[in-house]
Parts: sequence; structure tokens; C-alpha cells
Amino acid sequence: MTLKTPLHVNGEERMLVADSRTSLLDALRHHLGLTGTKKGCDHGQCGACTVIVNGRRINSCLTLACMHDGDEITTIEGLGTPEAMSALQSAFVRHDGFQCGYCTAGQICSATAMLEEAKAGWPSNVSETLEGDVTLSDSEISERMSGNLCRCSAYPGIVNAIREAAEGEHDEKL
Amino acid sequence: MKSFEYARAETRLDATTDARNGAAIIAGGTNLLDLMKLEVMTPQSIVDINRLDLGTIDVTEEGGLRIGALVTNSDLAGHSTVKRDYEVLSRALLAGASAQLRNKATTGGNLLQRTRCGYFYDTAMPCNKRAPGTGCQAKEGFNRSLAVLGTSEHCIASHPSDMAVAMMALNAIVEVEGHDGTSRQIALNDLYCLPGTTPDIETTLQPGDLITAVRLPKPVEASQIYRKVRDRSSYAFALVSIAALVKVEDGKISTAALAFGGLAPKPWRNSEIEAELMGKAPSNALFDRAADILLTDAQGYGENDFKIPLARRTLKAVLSTLTEVSQ
Repeated sequence: MTLKTPLHVNGEERMLVADSRTSLLDALRHHLGLTGTKKGCDHGQCGACTVIVNGRRINSCLTLACMHDGDEITTIEGLGTPEAMSALQSAFVRHDGFQCGYCTAGQICSATAMLEEAKAGWPSNVSETLEGDVTLSDSEISERMSGNLCRCSAYPGIVNAIREAAEGEHDEKL
Repeated sequence: MKSFEYARAETRLDATTDARNGAAIIAGGTNLLDLMKLEVMTPQSIVDINRLDLGTIDVTEEGGLRIGALVTNSDLAGHSTVKRDYEVLSRALLAGASAQLRNKATTGGNLLQRTRCGYFYDTAMPCNKRAPGTGCQAKEGFNRSLAVLGTSEHCIASHPSDMAVAMMALNAIVEVEGHDGTSRQIALNDLYCLPGTTPDIETTLQPGDLITAVRLPKPVEASQIYRKVRDRSSYAFALVSIAALVKVEDGKISTAALAFGGLAPKPWRNSEIEAELMGKAPSNALFDRAADILLTDAQGYGENDFKIPLARRTLKAVLSTLTEVSQ
């Protein structure tokens, strides 16, 4: 079954014409040419395909593109450019938050939304109390990022980069 | 993935009509699409219910909560009333899956998620749940994560949900709409079937049924804990988990509600355990008797034998914490 689905991606309207089976991930990569988003496991286990939909981070491999007309989709291409990186992107560069780089787009999309969740006071499994402001300790960052795997195990750099972006948010222009 | 027809439900009737005609209902899709990619599930059509008005959390007349079927796991975990009055539910949700999955996974879908038994997932293997009559290889095979209670010779799959375990301890009721438009309520404990001779039948839902909400009774005044034991400290299914609400008054247990995850084909509750605890002074001996009742009929299958002593230790630890008895 072929479907026509208008998608809002990184502020642009794009028309997708694709089989109903097409995941949002494959739509982004194969149909819209946005290859920054990566396919790792294709089963929602690794987080490499993380994108932000209506402000929420999700696994783009586990959702159908045809379910997303009207949604605001942000991919790594929508967060920054090599010339004008987001605070998190530049922090990942400064802190060596990667080795091969394959998981990085997913890590940064995930962390971008995670910082908003923390600001909104969302608790996590390691939060001592469910109420109140969230302080992003290293264990909070690790827990909140557990849906993003890094096969090179660049985790110390990833945590350092996210901590810096979280602390520097007020000083650094996104 | 096999080809399928996609339809979007504009009304609940659209959804129940399509479902009655064999369509798979898709909400978050995090489990269904995973299984469709592997061709463990091969629906010829799916009906998307995401635009239905089932996404609110409301206070009920009885002072409880009505949680719409499309409320995401993230929104439910972070809801102010849930955090304050149903802490065990927030904690169970936050202990499950990853942030990305919790942002998509819904209340109704979480209840209906399928087992993660490796034989169910591998279409090259026999599995009575996926392909009735082919046998259960898990009994003599890789069964570390599988059930020790409520199993049958035909299936030893375990239910993977954390959320449902907390809801079981909270006496949740599932609101279901049938294809004829009538609404009915099912106690969560009665939603699930044990495998028996038909492990492919997992719930008492009928074709065309749509879960519309989960209702929680008014909050219970008690200390609440969700304790989850797993192989990794994050993003892993429970080996053993316990949702517990316990209150001690005048040195005696006056409230006890306990549900167990990772041990059985459904979120497990055994009222005899609670009856044993009620009115007694908390002690290690009492907690051991509670564990005896839980595990009387427990049967290990080799790799998962460890779950039996682990369940005992976890239950004793939870009860000790909630009653402040040192072990």
C-alpha cells in the first residue's frame, strides 16, 4: 500500500510517497536524504535513530512515517551545522564524546530532548524523590541516556559533554 | 515486514470495527512494529488510534484516577497526582524501557505487550504461543528470563511489563469498549490468562475490543516501593520485581498489597500472601512464611532456577524496608 504523507522536518514541509511499511527512520534516510540519523539495531534497542518529534525524543525505527503527518520532526540536521553547532554538538567535539561517530547523531538528539525533560522536572529511575528540581549528576545523566548505546564506549566523554552543556546553558547561545 | 493496509481511526467505532475485522490496533507501536519486522506478527491491516481522544488523566468520582489508554508512559510517570499518590506506579514506569520508548509507549499498549521469550521472537524455532502445536523449546533451552510461576508444559513465557505489576498492586481496572459500542470494566487480574493448553490466548479481550482507559481506585495510605532486580542497572527487563504497598499501625501490618513481575506469564498477585501478613507484627519469620506462600508451586526450568531464591530474598528485603525490620 502506497501512502502520501506530508511531513514537517526541520521546519520544512516535505511530501513523502512511500509504502505503508516505511519507518520514520527509512523515510528520513532513504526518501528525504537526511542521512544524519543512523540505523543501528532497527529494533529500538540502541538509540542511534533517535529523533525529536513534537519535542519528545523517540526511536524513529519503531514508528511508521505515515503516522506522523502534522508532527514537528527534528533530526540532527535541524539542530546545527558544522559552522554553527548547537551547544551540545560543540560540547561533544570538545569532550571527545565519540570515537567512530555512528551513535553520535542519536546521542545528541537524545541529549537535546533530555535536557528539556530535566528542566521540566521529569524524574528518573535514580532520582531520590519524584518531586522538585532535577540536578543532572553523572548518575542522572547515565540513567537518562541509557537508551543510547555507544559501541566504542565513549561514555565518559558523552557524560562530560552533556554535563557541560547542561551547566553552560545560560551562558552559551544555543 | 509483510505488507499491510493502514487506516487511521477517526472514531472509536472505526477502531473497534477494523479490529473486529482482523486489524491490529497500533498506538505507540514500539512492540507491535518490532514484532512485525521479525514477522512474529503479520497483520494484514493495522488501525492507528493515535488521533482518538484517549490521552487524558482525570480524577474519578470515587477520588481515583482514570488514565486514558493513549497516555504515554512518560506522561503517566511524571503526572503530579501519580507521583504524589501512586508513587509505586511512577517508580515502575521509570524502571522500565528507555526514555525514547517511554515517550511512545502507551498505557493500553504496555498492558498488551508480548513476552520477550527468545523462542517466541525466533520464527525458526518452535513456540506454542506464536505457532500453536509446535512445542515449547524454552523449557529445556534458554530460559534465564522466563517464568517459574503459573507456567504449563506448553509455555513458560514471562510477562515483561513493569507498569502492569504496579497497577496490579493498585487494584487497577481496565476499561474496554467492544465493537458494539458498549463499555465494560475488567479487573486487571482478570485481563490476563495463564498459558494452560492455549498459550497463544493471552487475554480475555475479544476481537473488536479496544482498551480505552485504566482506572485506579482512590489512593491507599501506605508506604510504596517498586523493587526491580535485573542484569543491568538500567534498560533491562526484570528478573524479579515487586510492587508493594504496606502500612504498619500499632506494630502490626494493617495494609498489604503485593504484586510480582518477572516470575509469571502475567503480573502475579496472590491474596494468600497478603492474608498471611495482615494483622501480624512484622518479623523475618513472617516474611519467610510470606515467601513460602509465594513460592509453594514455583518450578524452575534450569537456567531460571535462581529466580526462586531471588524472589524470596527480594520479597524479604522489600517487606523489611517497608516495615523497618532489620534482616
